[in-house]
Amino acid sequence: MSLQPASVEAISDHAMLIEPIVAPASPHIVIEGVDKRFVVPGGEIVALKDIDLTINRGEFVCLLGPSGCGKSTLLNAIAGFSAPTKGTIAVEKRKVSAPGPDRGMVFQEYALFPWMSVAANIAFGLEIKGMKRADIDARVAELLAMLKLTEFRDRFPKDLSGGMRQRVAIARVLALDSPVMLMDEPFGALDALTRRSLQDELIRIWSATGKTIVFVTHSIEESIYLADRIVVLTYRPGTIKRDIKVELPRPRDSASPAFNELKRELGALVTAEQHRFEEVELKGLTTD
Amino acid sequence: MHTSRLKSVAEGLAVPVVALLLWQLACTLGLVNPMVLPSPAAVAVRWWAYLAPMEAYDPAAGSYLAWLFSGEMIQDSIGSLTRVALGFFVGAGLALPLGLFMGSSDAIYRHINPLMQVLRPIPPIAYIPLSILWFGLGNAPAVFLIAIGAFFPVLMNTIAGVRHVDGIYIRAARSLGASRLTIFRRVILPAATPYILSGARIGIGTAFIVVIVAEMIAVNNGLGFRILEAREYFWSDKIIAGMFTIGILGLGIDMAVSRLNNHLLRWHRGLES
Repeated sequence: MSLQPASVEAISDHAMLIEPIVAPASPHIVIEGVDKRFVVPGGEIVALKDIDLTINRGEFVCLLGPSGCGKSTLLNAIAGFSAPTKGTIAVEKRKVSAPGPDRGMVFQEYALFPWMSVAANIAFGLEIKGMKRADIDARVAELLAMLKLTEFRDRFPKDLSGGMRQRVAIARVLALDSPVMLMDEPFGALDALTRRSLQDELIRIWSATGKTIVFVTHSIEESIYLADRIVVLTYRPGTIKRDIKVELPRPRDSASPAFNELKRELGALVTAEQHRFEEVELKGLTTD
Repeated sequence: MHTSRLKSVAEGLAVPVVALLLWQLACTLGLVNPMVLPSPAAVAVRWWAYLAPMEAYDPAAGSYLAWLFSGEMIQDSIGSLTRVALGFFVGAGLALPLGLFMGSSDAIYRHINPLMQVLRPIPPIAYIPLSILWFGLGNAPAVFLIAIGAFFPVLMNTIAGVRHVDGIYIRAARSLGASRLTIFRRVILPAATPYILSGARIGIGTAFIVVIVAEMIAVNNGLGFRILEAREYFWSDKIIAGMFTIGILGLGIDMAVSRLNNHLLRWHRGLES
């Protein structure tokens, strides 16, 4: 301690004066040196290479890139569905080794249980947790109201539109109140209007709950509309090409000049990767 | 709506009515030997006699309901259906757990599947000699044969059902914190039900075929026994009346199972029609 220069204290005092008083950014998800390789007939695919990424608590991060850039692979690794070939992923300082309710997952295909009603789907995770029936019912009612699903509570998923199904899937994950929400192109299959209204809904839920969200998308527009931070991945091997902070105020206006400037910048980055993807696909060198 | 339904009923009835008329005509004109092919009218009369109670109602002998059901056909139907139910529950009761194990464990599947594949093509009828040798005569060999008939469709479909569960449901359940047992009970089992139920439907159909054959060899009541007995007396009208009853009963069972399946699978896509 005695070796510490006297000026450090002075600098931090100074910093205190000019910085707004906010909670210091605390790392929530820490990805270190992650590689993921898949063995395929006739070779090996390097889906991810040397990924280092730290996501802070309460941050909304979009993983952006063309098909085959490994963004879903990275999300699945964070979820614990498939372990990295090399490197580690830690959530809340604990190494990820299996899926768990601390990391809720929303899938593009909704993955609702078709034999359960809307309410039963939302209650499923709570029943596993062993919560009391009355508490489950109260929590489910609250979530149904939050996602405007109350009148659909007894319907089966097959009787719902895509947007409604994804609301149920989000409610099912929110039920567990997991600090991390992982979303794999959740709005990819929805029409533009439904998509926008669910994006707004998601932002509302995120601001109200303070969850850390990792959101995979291939839509540049969507990533700018939603994220605090956009991580652009390269096409095969998937590496981090750029890590961009989005500082536009919310609610964001997708017609504003700043929005479009960012869109152009990201567009150039993603298009370059898309071209590489198309070249390789055309040559038929990939098998997936 | 109403007229179109009426129209579809009329369309469905046209061919059978014409066929019956031609059949009746051939008999009335004496074109066929009534011993070989009795007229539809004679079959109808015989069918009614087969259905109706044999004696007049006597309150001293028992309740009215018992009397109403004392007709030979009803007793035979009850006998056949009881055997179908018993055999089906034995066969499906063994096939379901085995299928669940085989579907969910590759090791169990690899060990048991070859044996099943060898046994499966043997028609239940081929077990008749063995069943008599093992169980003698009576209900036991009949139930054994029916159980074999119901076993394989339920087994095969249960295995397929478990193996075809979409992996995304399992992933979703795992990320919601479900244990292996919970996933099996609350995800794999319900997800496999459409397959299992269609296996059960085929199994009941097979059981109904086998019961008729089994009754021809091992027991002295039931619909299968009755039509064979009728042949010994050259009652061709009763043979056809019995066959008609078998058809109606088979259709009824299939419709009932199908209704039950649709109810149980009301969550399933594409079944709402």
